[in-house]
Amino acid sequence: MPMKKENKIWQVITASSLGTLIEWYDFYIFGSLATVIASQFFPKTNPTAALLSTLATFAAGFIVRPFGALVFGRLGDLVGRKYTFLLTLILMGGSTFAIGLVPSYESIGFAAPIIVLTLRLLQGLALGGEYGGAATYVAEHAPAGRRGYYTSWIQTTATLGLFVSLSVILFTRHSLDIDPAISIAKFNAWGWRIPFLFSIVLVGVSIYIRLKMQESPLFSKLKSEGAISVNPLKESFGNKENLKMVLLALFGATMGQGVVWYTGQFYAQSFIENVCKIDFDQSRTILIWAILFGTPLFVVFGSWSDKIGRKWIMLAGMFLAVITYKPLFKGLLELSDTETKTEVVAAATIKIDSVAIPNAQNFVRTIASKNFFTDGTELSTITTDTLYANPVQTTVKPVVKISKVLANGVYWKMVLIVFIMIVYVTMVYGPIAAFLVELFPTKIRYTSMSLPYHIGNGVFGGLTPFIATLLTTMYTADALAGLQYPIIVAAVSVIIGTLYLDSKINTKHD
Amino acid sequence: MNQIKKLAGIIWLLLGPASIYFILRAAMHEIATKPGIDTVIQWGVFVVIFIPIAIGMSIFGFYATKGEYNH
Repeated sequence: MPMKKENKIWQVITASSLGTLIEWYDFYIFGSLATVIASQFFPKTNPTAALLSTLATFAAGFIVRPFGALVFGRLGDLVGRKYTFLLTLILMGGSTFAIGLVPSYESIGFAAPIIVLTLRLLQGLALGGEYGGAATYVAEHAPAGRRGYYTSWIQTTATLGLFVSLSVILFTRHSLDIDPAISIAKFNAWGWRIPFLFSIVLVGVSIYIRLKMQESPLFSKLKSEGAISVNPLKESFGNKENLKMVLLALFGATMGQGVVWYTGQFYAQSFIENVCKIDFDQSRTILIWAILFGTPLFVVFGSWSDKIGRKWIMLAGMFLAVITYKPLFKGLLELSDTETKTEVVAAATIKIDSVAIPNAQNFVRTIASKNFFTDGTELSTITTDTLYANPVQTTVKPVVKISKVLANGVYWKMVLIVFIMIVYVTMVYGPIAAFLVELFPTKIRYTSMSLPYHIGNGVFGGLTPFIATLLTTMYTADALAGLQYPIIVAAVSVIIGTLYLDSKINTKHD
Repeated sequence: MNQIKKLAGIIWLLLGPASIYFILRAAMHEIATKPGIDTVIQWGVFVVIFIPIAIGMSIFGFYATKGEYNH
């Protein structure tokens, strides 16, 4: 490729990737701060506010994202890629910044949760339109034989967006005061707004860069020839030849990709924190390290797919996930299991506090114990119950909070396990943008590729933590029961992909 | 291989209604077990979003049985 053209493609990649990364960052900080946001805007004591919270969680991810794919996909195929994904960036950045400014429920009452819900829905809508535009824009600038490599840079953005969001949250949480406990308290009171407000700086830079970019050459050519689609939705989903490829993309690729993506990152982190009971910071830094080591592999697998095709790399990632998820998650459980570790009994501490309940003869008792193990692991247990004046009465279910801080060696073993799962993510996700772009003709590409991507990633993937947790509550004896969902979905995708996907790179629409 | 693709299409064709049946059954069971507007909304969203996807799976299976994906 001549030097000038090579420079141009890197400008395109930088402009597209930076914006997409920021959009993922914006989308994830809401999810990562869900507990703090709920306490500020959606008090559980008020049923209507709690209802709005449920809507914010479920509707934004599962309904609005695919809807955004249709709305902005259509727009992108009608007016162009550049202005559409510029619009999604402004919408996302504006909504995120505004969330950081909304007064709490205590200050303005019901208006607060309603405003936050509206802004969250706008975030979901914008995300639905962003990815397809960025992937299409880069792919339409890239030479045919290097699409996998160049679009893989866009593929790093979702994971890097998660990485940046976790890092900004952890940094802010610990930098508001010298005393860690006070810093966390300040973060929960007002500091959580900083990651939202910070977004406007990132978005501003990204809008400036994107404004200087040109429209995609392939779309410009279509427009100059008067060959753009009149009705992209009808041509994408009303035309059998195209619809059958949309369905194949969904069931043979993006459905499996979605569950592997969410299991390797979100469910792994949630499992480490809630099932293995690893402390807040460590459960996040384990994921941060694994992402940092794994991210370059998006480009490796994207580039490799230019040589051997997209199909087998994606399907191998899904297949490896299907056969190894159970042993990998079992490994996480075993590493954190203090029952199998040797305790340093002499080092154990226990502290008991009792606080009288006003206008009653009862007390709230807090028992805080610390246990230490020979491998360096620390176990903290805080049990809270009520001491009744009537000795016959006892607390039916004391509140028990367990938190483990892992020793160095065990910590890095956990990083290694999560890293392996991230490798699967890079295998399924690295080549998928090029695969989707090549499946559809230029004039309806934005619409056609956005919908299967957001159903696969947003619906099948986004549901992973919820369904996995639901399965764990149904089969309480098996801590790994939640894995049945991603394993079954990925297995179906592997079978469909193996049977029906073409292993050759699709050049029909070049 | 094309014959296998067509035959497997029957499985995908039937997987659509089977998925609808299971999700409706799960939704009714969950709503009955944990009655409340939260549960109704969660499962309502799942039913609304999954039924079109399940129909899509059946259409995919139908196309497969007709040899639309043959190479």
